[in-house]
Amino acid sequence: MSLEITLIVNGTPSCLVVDETTPLLHALRNMLGLRASRFGCGQEQCGACMVLMDGKPTYACSHLAMDADARVVETAESLMGHPLRAAFLAEQAGQCGYCLSGILMSAKALLDRTQSPSREAIVAALDPHLCRCGAHERIIRAVERAAAMLRGEAA
Amino acid sequence: MIPNTLPSSLADNPRLEQWIGFPAEGRVAVRTGKVELGQGILTAMVQIAAEELEVDLSRLDLASGDTRDTPNEGFTAGSLSVQIGGVALRLVCAEVRSLMLDAAAARLGCPREDLAVEDGRVLQDGAATGLDYWALAGDLDLTRAATGMAPVKSPAQLRTLGTDVPRTDLPEKVGGAPFIHDMTAPDLLHARVLHRPRKGARLVALDEAAALKAGLGTVALFRTGDMVALVGEDESRVHLAFERLHERARFEGGLALGPEHAEPGFLTGLDTAAPRIVERGTPAAGTAAQRVTATYSKPFLAHGSIGPSCGVARYADGRLTVWSHTQGVFPLRAAIARALGLAPEAVDVIHRQGAGCYGHNGADDAAFDAAIVALGHPGRTVRVLWTRADEMGVAPFGAPMVVTLDAGLDAQGRPLDWTIDIRSPTHVDRPGANGGVNLLSAEALETPPARPTPADFPDALGGGAVRNGFVLYDLPQQKLVHHFVPDAPARTSSMRGLGAFANVFALESFMDELAEAAGMDPVAYRLSLMSDPRARGVIMEAARMCDWETPPPDGFTRGFAFSRYKNSAAYLAMAVEVSVEEEVRVSRAWCAVDGGLVVNPDGAINQVEGGVIQAISWTLKEQVMFADGAVSSNTWETYPILRFSEVPRIETRLIGDPAHPPLGMGEVSQGPTAAAIGNAVTAALGARLRHLPLTRDRIMQALLAD
Repeated sequence: MSLEITLIVNGTPSCLVVDETTPLLHALRNMLGLRASRFGCGQEQCGACMVLMDGKPTYACSHLAMDADARVVETAESLMGHPLRAAFLAEQAGQCGYCLSGILMSAKALLDRTQSPSREAIVAALDPHLCRCGAHERIIRAVERAAAMLRGEAA
Repeated sequence: MIPNTLPSSLADNPRLEQWIGFPAEGRVAVRTGKVELGQGILTAMVQIAAEELEVDLSRLDLASGDTRDTPNEGFTAGSLSVQIGGVALRLVCAEVRSLMLDAAAARLGCPREDLAVEDGRVLQDGAATGLDYWALAGDLDLTRAATGMAPVKSPAQLRTLGTDVPRTDLPEKVGGAPFIHDMTAPDLLHARVLHRPRKGARLVALDEAAALKAGLGTVALFRTGDMVALVGEDESRVHLAFERLHERARFEGGLALGPEHAEPGFLTGLDTAAPRIVERGTPAAGTAAQRVTATYSKPFLAHGSIGPSCGVARYADGRLTVWSHTQGVFPLRAAIARALGLAPEAVDVIHRQGAGCYGHNGADDAAFDAAIVALGHPGRTVRVLWTRADEMGVAPFGAPMVVTLDAGLDAQGRPLDWTIDIRSPTHVDRPGANGGVNLLSAEALETPPARPTPADFPDALGGGAVRNGFVLYDLPQQKLVHHFVPDAPARTSSMRGLGAFANVFALESFMDELAEAAGMDPVAYRLSLMSDPRARGVIMEAARMCDWETPPPDGFTRGFAFSRYKNSAAYLAMAVEVSVEEEVRVSRAWCAVDGGLVVNPDGAINQVEGGVIQAISWTLKEQVMFADGAVSSNTWETYPILRFSEVPRIETRLIGDPAHPPLGMGEVSQGPTAAAIGNAVTAALGARLRHLPLTRDRIMQALLAD
């Protein structure tokens, strides 16, 4: 059965008609054209699809679009002016880059909570995410750098 | 650097215009047949071209991997992109700059020695001449063949090469949508394809009605032979319908595939051709004071890219256009055309970036899936996305291997004779390899193309199973025995390092076993058998970096390893520090690398360290499992890989001389990582684990056996 929902994504509300079974990921990518959130496994095991819903990391591949009705959703597209983007580029934190969108969102949720995360806290926040190229250390450094930028300690 | 022979990329694509053009004022078109796999090659190519052309990086428009207009450089593989493709581009750019200076000198009537180029503008004794590349382009005949004779810049003249130019592709990957998965079109059709769970299985039952019902009437079934796809405009519905279809599809027959194939020991029970023996040198005179013999193995490994394979295709007006994250657009075009009975000229293959590529994964197969479905839906753009289960279950695997080493040592512990015995299925089943089509769904077609006679990657190109089978150590004699296993129960092909991963694991574990037999320190033992100065250089540097002479902290042990990838690419020596409780944990790694001139040091370090992390994962965790005639390790839960909480701190030093030509670095660290871990674990346990992966179960077995 189709139903009408309102998704508030990156501050913009949109009315969508979805099936009861439509994953949030497909609504974002195919209906709203926000394709930074990526399909990786569909089983909440890799984190490539991670978005924030009401500020909390959420697997968009398995979360139903209708359950995101009237909720606040953030995707990697919202980070264009965020220190995380600058920090990831400064640290050249990536190889293929496929895992980055999801990682950025979990990092954003962490930095929204604290601007002085310990290395252990960063690792814990990113541990649900898989990176196959082995860019982990650069990614951890980039999150540390973004935190320093938010504290006004780094450019 | 003036080569006696042209790099193969240039010999195959000799015309300057195949590489360089000046299409618009202030712009330079650069073309490469090499493609971005996540390794940063496009940035390296831009650096090379900017350096030798003397133009700013921002003027370059790089085209890559497009059968319509880039050179045919075969596959992007074997750590040869800079070593061959980059060197070819460098020679072309140096030659074009030289021709530009000749043309300017002719126009100005001055000796060309008075002229220089700065960002594409010609200067005479440092002053502007009003001439630039774009004004002079018409004077040049770029249709002529490159001679490769124009001198490239000396190390002292380099400005861009050897610097950390930021990756050109990264900005779009941080919050953007640059992947093939992200392509869209107004006429897009989503498709999912049903694949056979094992070689040779036939589809015997399909519940079409249930699938179409799940698709809510908007999904259609497309079938040709055993190749079945579900197609529709709504991806969610296609996906849901496919889950239902997949659940209820039944396959019968085909090769037996079971739990026993998880352990590479099964290879010793399979028929092989007569072994191939290659021998170098002659055994030293004298009787061995002792013999050391040991057998090592690695299982099937999965590529495990984070993004499942994706293919996009469109058939219209008699032309088939295919977008793919393939490693080779031209070989893929030839294979698709042949399998579908089309003229190669009627097929265009265009590279689009995918998730990280570590060898021959499902990219080509997904492209072919899309091509088949597109032929059945003329005028529509078809996007095929594989499932996670297929990415882990039906893409080619890295080949299982069993490697036995045997050496006789003299009284001082020096080898008198040396044999490596390698047993493995093929490491090359790429499109076109061995004369075959080698695309997964081709075998499901009504008239499948003939399967080629299996063979391994030729020795002249670095070998497959025998890659790095010979060592660089000073040995009087080395014998290599290669047992080729023609019919493995699951598809195997090229995965990062090919045979080098298992061989270097075995050889560099064995070096530690010999050092122990000789009563020597492992680093000192290696140095006592190594006269190659560049090899000695990295071995000594890695030992210094980790302070090898000083014992590690309590609770930790160290292991060491060395290799020169393919015995022709970069040199690497490394040490790791581990702790072993129930599981092995790698806490630190130190790498010293000599790759000659390094185009982009930060990019090279990223490759080396990424290789270390990936190889830690292979070494400690990864093993493809089988059950009930299919791959059972087809999720991240059943095929776990290294996580953020498990990666070590890594230090890497690049110590090559920029006067030496660039050497490939993308596959240099995998084998040594496995061996260094194995050696460190042996130091911790007092017992050696010779069979990968070094899991908790294997550690417990080793401790109990002790």
